[in-house]
Amino acid sequence: MHLYNLTLQGVTAINCAAHGSFSGLTKQQEVCVAKGSILQLLYCDPKTGKISVLCSHEIFGIIRSLLAFRLTGGTKDYIVVGSDSGRIVVLEYLPQKRAFDRVHQETYGKTGCRRVVPGQYLAVDPKGRAVIIGAVERQKLVYIMNRDAQANLTISSPLEAHKNYSICFAICGIDVGFENPTFACLEIDYEDADHDPTGAAAKNAQQTLTFYELDLGLNHVVRKYAEPVAERGNNLISVPGGHDGPSGVIVCCENYLVYKNLGDQPDVRCPIPRRRNELDDSDRSLMIICSATHKTKAMYFFLVQSEQGDIFKVTLETEGDIVSEMRIKYFDTIPPANSMCILKTGFLFVASEFGNHQLYQIARLADDDDEPEFSSRTPLEEGETFFYMTRGLQNLVLVDQIDSLNPLISAHIEDLVNEDAPQIYALCGRGPRSTLRILRNGLEVSEMAVSELPGNPNAVWTVKRNIDDQFDTYIIVSFLNATLVLSIGETVEEVTDSGFLGTTPTLGCGLIGEDSLLQIYPSGIRHIKVDRRVNEWKAPPRRPITKCAINRRQVVISLAGGEIVYFELDMSNQLREYSERREMPSDVLCMSLSEVPEGELRSRFLTVGLADRTVRIISLDPSDCLAPLSMQALPSDPESLMVMETPGEETGTSSIIHLNIGLSNGCLLRTTLDQVTGDLTDNRTRYLGTKPVKLFRVKIQKRDALLASSSRAWLFYSYQNRFHLTPLSYTALEHSSSFSSEQCAEGIVAIAENTLRILALEKLGAVFNQVTHPLKYTPRKYVVHKASGNFISIETDYSAFTEKAKRRRRNELAEEIENLAKDPDEKAIAEEMAHSIRNYEPDEAIFGAPRAQIGKWASAVRMISAQGEAAFSISLVQFRSQHDAVFVLVGCAIDLQLRPRVCQSGCIYTFLLTQNGSRFEFIHRTLTDEAVNAIHDFRGMALIGVGSKLRMYDFGKKKLLAKCETRVGLFQIHIYKNNNFSNNIKQ
Amino acid sequence: MTSSGPTERFHVLAQLEHLQSKYTGCGHADMNRWEWVVNQHRDSLASIIGHPDHLSYVAICENETRARAQYNLLCRMVQPCGPPPEKSPLDDL
Repeated sequence: MHLYNLTLQGVTAINCAAHGSFSGLTKQQEVCVAKGSILQLLYCDPKTGKISVLCSHEIFGIIRSLLAFRLTGGTKDYIVVGSDSGRIVVLEYLPQKRAFDRVHQETYGKTGCRRVVPGQYLAVDPKGRAVIIGAVERQKLVYIMNRDAQANLTISSPLEAHKNYSICFAICGIDVGFENPTFACLEIDYEDADHDPTGAAAKNAQQTLTFYELDLGLNHVVRKYAEPVAERGNNLISVPGGHDGPSGVIVCCENYLVYKNLGDQPDVRCPIPRRRNELDDSDRSLMIICSATHKTKAMYFFLVQSEQGDIFKVTLETEGDIVSEMRIKYFDTIPPANSMCILKTGFLFVASEFGNHQLYQIARLADDDDEPEFSSRTPLEEGETFFYMTRGLQNLVLVDQIDSLNPLISAHIEDLVNEDAPQIYALCGRGPRSTLRILRNGLEVSEMAVSELPGNPNAVWTVKRNIDDQFDTYIIVSFLNATLVLSIGETVEEVTDSGFLGTTPTLGCGLIGEDSLLQIYPSGIRHIKVDRRVNEWKAPPRRPITKCAINRRQVVISLAGGEIVYFELDMSNQLREYSERREMPSDVLCMSLSEVPEGELRSRFLTVGLADRTVRIISLDPSDCLAPLSMQALPSDPESLMVMETPGEETGTSSIIHLNIGLSNGCLLRTTLDQVTGDLTDNRTRYLGTKPVKLFRVKIQKRDALLASSSRAWLFYSYQNRFHLTPLSYTALEHSSSFSSEQCAEGIVAIAENTLRILALEKLGAVFNQVTHPLKYTPRKYVVHKASGNFISIETDYSAFTEKAKRRRRNELAEEIENLAKDPDEKAIAEEMAHSIRNYEPDEAIFGAPRAQIGKWASAVRMISAQGEAAFSISLVQFRSQHDAVFVLVGCAIDLQLRPRVCQSGCIYTFLLTQNGSRFEFIHRTLTDEAVNAIHDFRGMALIGVGSKLRMYDFGKKKLLAKCETRVGLFQIHIYKNNNFSNNIKQ
Repeated sequence: MTSSGPTERFHVLAQLEHLQSKYTGCGHADMNRWEWVVNQHRDSLASIIGHPDHLSYVAICENETRARAQYNLLCRMVQPCGPPPEKSPLDDL
């Protein structure tokens, strides 16, 4: 039994990423990312700079760490996954199958994210001989990786490197060349702290950098050496060794980067530079949150990112084997990341911790610009550091993004703007990168070109001149009484020498045979040979052609009255009419022929939709040509038919033929067509829109896809082994066809009213189309004013500045500088500096917001902001005493500190919604003795959770008036309590 | 139980000791309130770090980066509930 669920929108947060050459192709690198429980392989196309998903796999667990490793001398990287399964899993990516293959799966402990069960940390010996997997506390296991005689990867039984009472902060593998594999761990021992009642031991608990050596000869792990670290660190970066570098490790500590190595190497200590004139609390330490290493045969460097998002380039200078100097240079600023990967193709993949993930192209390596480079040799007092100015991107160029809703704080599903489908309003993001995203079900369409036409056309096709051509040659547009032929090149221009008849509407056209064109118009068929010779077939007088169906070798037309005429291409590339015609019982409404299968002369079936509400399958086999095979009754008139072949998953398996029927009542019917008997089975219906459904064949990722146009356009396509039927977020299309040119390899040409549009679909597989509105602080809660469709949200950030406070702080800084200056020269410089500080307003969405002291808050009710007050609750309330007015009540806490939780008081802001909900007016502010955590409308009054009390407030002229109160449980329950309580009271 | 005797009891004790050494945080008969609470806190902190979404939640609340939130939680694991209580001389009796 298989139980599974499919999420509409999968997780978009990337917790960890690893890059490597997983498909084993030289010079191609992929990025393996963990999105919650989904393991994905991304490929960054170096030509277009677009990210595409190669493979996506649901693991039904939590991925906590990822690692890429390669056996010595190998060309292919394996993926090691640390998860909550209590197992170490080694995966290999199989490019042919587009799937991960589990090479090894070794159980070592219980399931779950536990304290002493490994899975949190992973590190590998740079030569790929051993992998260490560590837990937050105590346990570390080392597995030896090797290959057997058949070159398969082997894994040893685990070797323990446990240490009791130790908390692990980071692990990395040290590049020791081919000596015994060694791992470095940042640990704190808490044994003494647990036995010291004075608390001094805990205060002085020192972090140690411990080296574990795997003795390959004796097959065990020894704790080789431990050295205390002066400042506490959170991250380790392995430095290349052997021929490439000095080996050793960089410890990322608070405020410092320290290079350490075994042996005679003295520590090289370099402070992390800080932003000049920043508004941050200056006592706050600075940390490195993630790093990436780039190594070629000639050089290596590290990119490290600080908490504020600033990236620094770190290089090491050596004298012999000894590192003498560490250099650090400001590189660029990007949003804070969970992981960064530098790809060999010159791209930087950034998995943002919150918000969209980015792909940057590394344009320059900051080698020769005027940015100051700081050195560990510069003599500095303890606690002093270097300063730099932030600036726009100089070395990186953003090339692509992956949309991410993470963190999704809250969401609301409703049709607020009166479209026919509801929208999802999602409050996403954190701090200045927060957004309100409106999600609509649909595929994003990028418009390549739109051009006006002289009238309203009714059909469009593209044709190739030759079967071997890569791109289309002509666009053919049919009007009521004319046909326009446009040639595709650098630009799209009208041509008259194509051989097409321009004075009549066209019913259908296409390439026939190797290099001839075919035009079907009401009074005949025009066969245009490559040398412009034209063969014409005239329709009988007063019986014009009504419908047609063509493929590369066959042509079927229906004449008025329901007679079907069949043509086939013979050996001399002439169209030959079949000796018989077939009378149908009623008018033909639509017809379709499938493409000629590979290696065959003809398609075996013709499908015809008739006015008697049936679809009939007619054989085209020479033995029983035009004999009816099967039929199916329909609920409404067929408008359009399309036979499509879906190739089997793997080569060699047979394909499936689907018959798609667009009905005039707006439904799409899909049935499976038996390839031998022509029977129709397995009906599926889907409602697409209010207008009759027309079907067109387009190309998506080199495979046939179906474009269905009704009151909305829908695309039915196969993507990553799954069928998707998705509406396009675009206007309704009248008629469309696939389009391919040098500029746009895979597009769609369509007509809508009197315009010709060329479209491209890039975000395949996406379910939602996003519209983003930026917000200032982290959104917390919202209310929807139904009458106006307005959305009112509260935004709050811990330890952040409001606009006003920021301005004040900038002025303070400027004044400080002015006061420091003594003689006039200095004064002039100081004034200039002060001026620049006052006017320096960086874009916080890029550079991050400055941090205020602990216990400061900034919040906004979209427009109104207050310092020190944290908005926690919002509600629409209608007071009994004020019948016709709707109030917005916002509950705040004043001067709340998170740890330990201290709160002075709280307050409630009352706003009146005016102008039908599009404006709000401040009425008054009511002080309360504790934080206001919840507000709810209740019987014409406001039910408000204040600290641990539940109070009822009524509207007053100067403030809200408390009517009654009761003491109830704790803070946390409040959010749920209000609903429950109001229900209870009602009973 | 039929086979109860001193050997059986020692066997159980040995098993218990083995469990305690294998699983950090296993309780024992002489455990005091502080030890119990400290183990609970360390377990919870490790669990928050282990669940990426939970760590993001903490990071958003405190308006810190995820790396800083993880670092803070790890540091708190050293002594999550203050110093241990003074040993009373009665404990050793």
